[in-house]
Amino acid sequence: MCDQTFVAVTFGPCESCGLASPLMNIYVKTDPLNYCSFCVEVMACKGLQRGETLTSLKNESESLKKKLEEERVKLNDVELHQVAEKIEVLGALSLKTRRVLKGHSNKVLCMDWCKDRRRIVSSSQDGKLIVWDAFTLNKEHGVSLPCTWVMACAYAPSGCAVACGGLDNKCSVIPLSLDSNENLAAKKKSVAMHTNYLSGCTFTNSDMQLLTSSGDGTCALWDVESGQLLQSFHGHTADVLSLDLAPSETGNTFVSGGSDKKSNVWDMRSGQNVQSFESHESDVNCVKYYPSGDAFASASDDSTCRFYDLRADREVAVYQKDSIIFGASTVDFSLSGRLLFAGYNDYTINVWDVLKGTRVSCLFGHENRISRVRVSPDGTALCSASWDNTLRIWA
Amino acid sequence: MTIRTARQDRGQHFRPRMHCFKKLEAIVVEMQDQKSGVKGSEQKLNVSTIPHVISKDVIAWIANKMKSTAETLVFGTMLVAYGYIYPLQNHKKLVMCNDASLYRFQTPYFWPAQKWVAEDSDYAHYNHLHELLNHKWDFIVMQATEQYAGKERKKPDRVVFDCQERAYWIVNRPPRRTHSAMDVGPERLIDPNTDENIFFQQAIMRSKVKSSVSLGLVKYITTYKNHDPFLAPCLPSNPWLSDNDSYWNLNMRVDAPTKMRVERWSFSFFELLSDLRGRDDFKVFLKKEFENLAFWEAAEELKWGTASSMSTKAETIFRTFLAPGAPRWINIDGRTMGLTVKGLDHPHRYVLEAAQTHVFLLMKKDTFFRYLKSPVYKEMQKKALNPEPHNFQSQLDQNAQNRSAGIHPIILWQQEEEEKAKAAAAAAPIDVKAMMSKIDRKK
Repeated sequence: MCDQTFVAVTFGPCESCGLASPLMNIYVKTDPLNYCSFCVEVMACKGLQRGETLTSLKNESESLKKKLEEERVKLNDVELHQVAEKIEVLGALSLKTRRVLKGHSNKVLCMDWCKDRRRIVSSSQDGKLIVWDAFTLNKEHGVSLPCTWVMACAYAPSGCAVACGGLDNKCSVIPLSLDSNENLAAKKKSVAMHTNYLSGCTFTNSDMQLLTSSGDGTCALWDVESGQLLQSFHGHTADVLSLDLAPSETGNTFVSGGSDKKSNVWDMRSGQNVQSFESHESDVNCVKYYPSGDAFASASDDSTCRFYDLRADREVAVYQKDSIIFGASTVDFSLSGRLLFAGYNDYTINVWDVLKGTRVSCLFGHENRISRVRVSPDGTALCSASWDNTLRIWA
Repeated sequence: MTIRTARQDRGQHFRPRMHCFKKLEAIVVEMQDQKSGVKGSEQKLNVSTIPHVISKDVIAWIANKMKSTAETLVFGTMLVAYGYIYPLQNHKKLVMCNDASLYRFQTPYFWPAQKWVAEDSDYAHYNHLHELLNHKWDFIVMQATEQYAGKERKKPDRVVFDCQERAYWIVNRPPRRTHSAMDVGPERLIDPNTDENIFFQQAIMRSKVKSSVSLGLVKYITTYKNHDPFLAPCLPSNPWLSDNDSYWNLNMRVDAPTKMRVERWSFSFFELLSDLRGRDDFKVFLKKEFENLAFWEAAEELKWGTASSMSTKAETIFRTFLAPGAPRWINIDGRTMGLTVKGLDHPHRYVLEAAQTHVFLLMKKDTFFRYLKSPVYKEMQKKALNPEPHNFQSQLDQNAQNRSAGIHPIILWQQEEEEKAKAAAAAAPIDVKAMMSKIDRKK
């Protein structure tokens, strides 16, 4: 458990604007400041101060970066695969396609499992959202949305609603019903408003709050009932492409990955960026927490997947192979965290041994790039969504 | 045919999304090496003779280069899909087949690089659309003359060039209803760098843990090894394999949980609480002393509830758990109590964080371990089911036809909400004044 999350968030008057709100604790040249997240943002956007030039700022940034790396290296003693030497090698995995879900007429961009372990919601470029019972292959609901490229969709924890969004710059929540013929699009409710496309969305521990990431470089937390913005998260310098909520008991943090090659960990209460990792060489397409919440994995266009330990604050493994040249677009862990499933743009899914760093298996079958892989909530199956208009269930 | 104007710019001129192009190009150059590359030969196709034709030697070359056989066909297909190699027969289907199909290397002029964007006017010219584009014809002729200026073409070169050009357009303007590898989805933006120095200062100030201490990751994997359906078989059977969903039915909120499930409750307090059946069992153990758990549940509801309900919930929680003399007063230290009460002046969703964490840690470090050693838990372990593994291989067809629909999550949710409401009503602290006034009225 990351000790960061046990720190009670300070709440009180901001030292800059005076309004009462959750405060971020930041340091400017070793002086501590307690500002609300809005004032921090204003400060960060201020132009050059007196005595600063672009080059001097850049030099300062470089030297700080180097110092940070030195600190990290000092604490580095044992590599992950060294500790894993004592662990036995995995047996051969025989994963086969058990279901093929056909029904979308264009690329499937996103999918999510329901907590009942068998229902799935999927969204596609043709503007359709389909809710399936993957076990019986029954399509329970089909919703037509007015926008194309619905890039994000999520199932609510109660199983009573779904959220989706994409090029319409919004995230909408649609309540589901027991009646398959009901027109669900009429009950659609816009919750989140961004200034660019929506790249990811997820419900928090209840149906009442929604966390979104967008191409406008920010993430945001929304109250579903009122549509109110509860907290916004600024810090990425390019599109945010993906986010994942921590599975820990306090559930106060989430991680996001963006086109600026960074993966950032955020405190949901104050909006503060608590950790950041920049070791990829290209856009970070997807981030996913390790089941215990102490680590996360990321997939990138540079064809590697990387594993970061949050308590040690550094990258502990890189999953790559010379024969894998195409970008990885999505990752997910198996229930125990031993296996990492990664979907690539060369139409395959590679299964990696998280501890040993070796590839265990390669899954073929899709006819276009994989947009999303997700392990079911009880770990019994893997679902993959692809630009070949289908979804596959592997077990 | 219509001319599509605002076409999505496949050039991605903001920056290279296709990080793989450089690597691919390096490999294709290697493949064409005179000595160590793929051997080509002259082949007769229809009437003309085409030079430098390659066949499935490509696949063998790739397998040798990559030192693995798993992805060779996939990699070959990628080379064809991106236009580095084009098929001579079946030219519309951009895959590499492991048979006698013939291929050729595409000329570098037509490689999918960023500098050369496939313009619509070029495509129009290719498709003889000058008849429809009379007003643009002069412009198009000018472009064409520029392109072919000074290049004289002989007949065999013409054939080759035609093949190459056709292949290029199949990759960049794929026929309707086919999948294209060149599709990259919506554009991504990049903003100029903003000030990151504030962040770096904080990062250095933060405390970090030594690597070996934090390798509890390995411990987690070892603990859950037998519970991972990809690594160990689940009992009675994995529903996706046997088409029998008894595994899911056994793991609902039933009276008799399975042994694996009961074992999982002992892994961590969080596991016990997240499984509602486990939480029920924990409540049985707590009997009368469950104000801590009730407070934790109430604080969770506050944190994840709607914004409008927050102040009322905070009020209720204060009256029930924190006020001096409250019916379900929780025993937390003075400092936390002080912080919480002060925070309740401006109720926000995290106002109970400190108190909730304190209570959670208390339960985790003390009550949880007492529970694991208690007769309640030991009874549960004895009662737990150990289902027989299904022998489903012979019944696969039958099972596939009888897949049951299960209970809809909405119905389950409604049932749970009803139960919660009943429990809340039964456990609500008795309002003495109201009781007394009721009795008075009866009199």
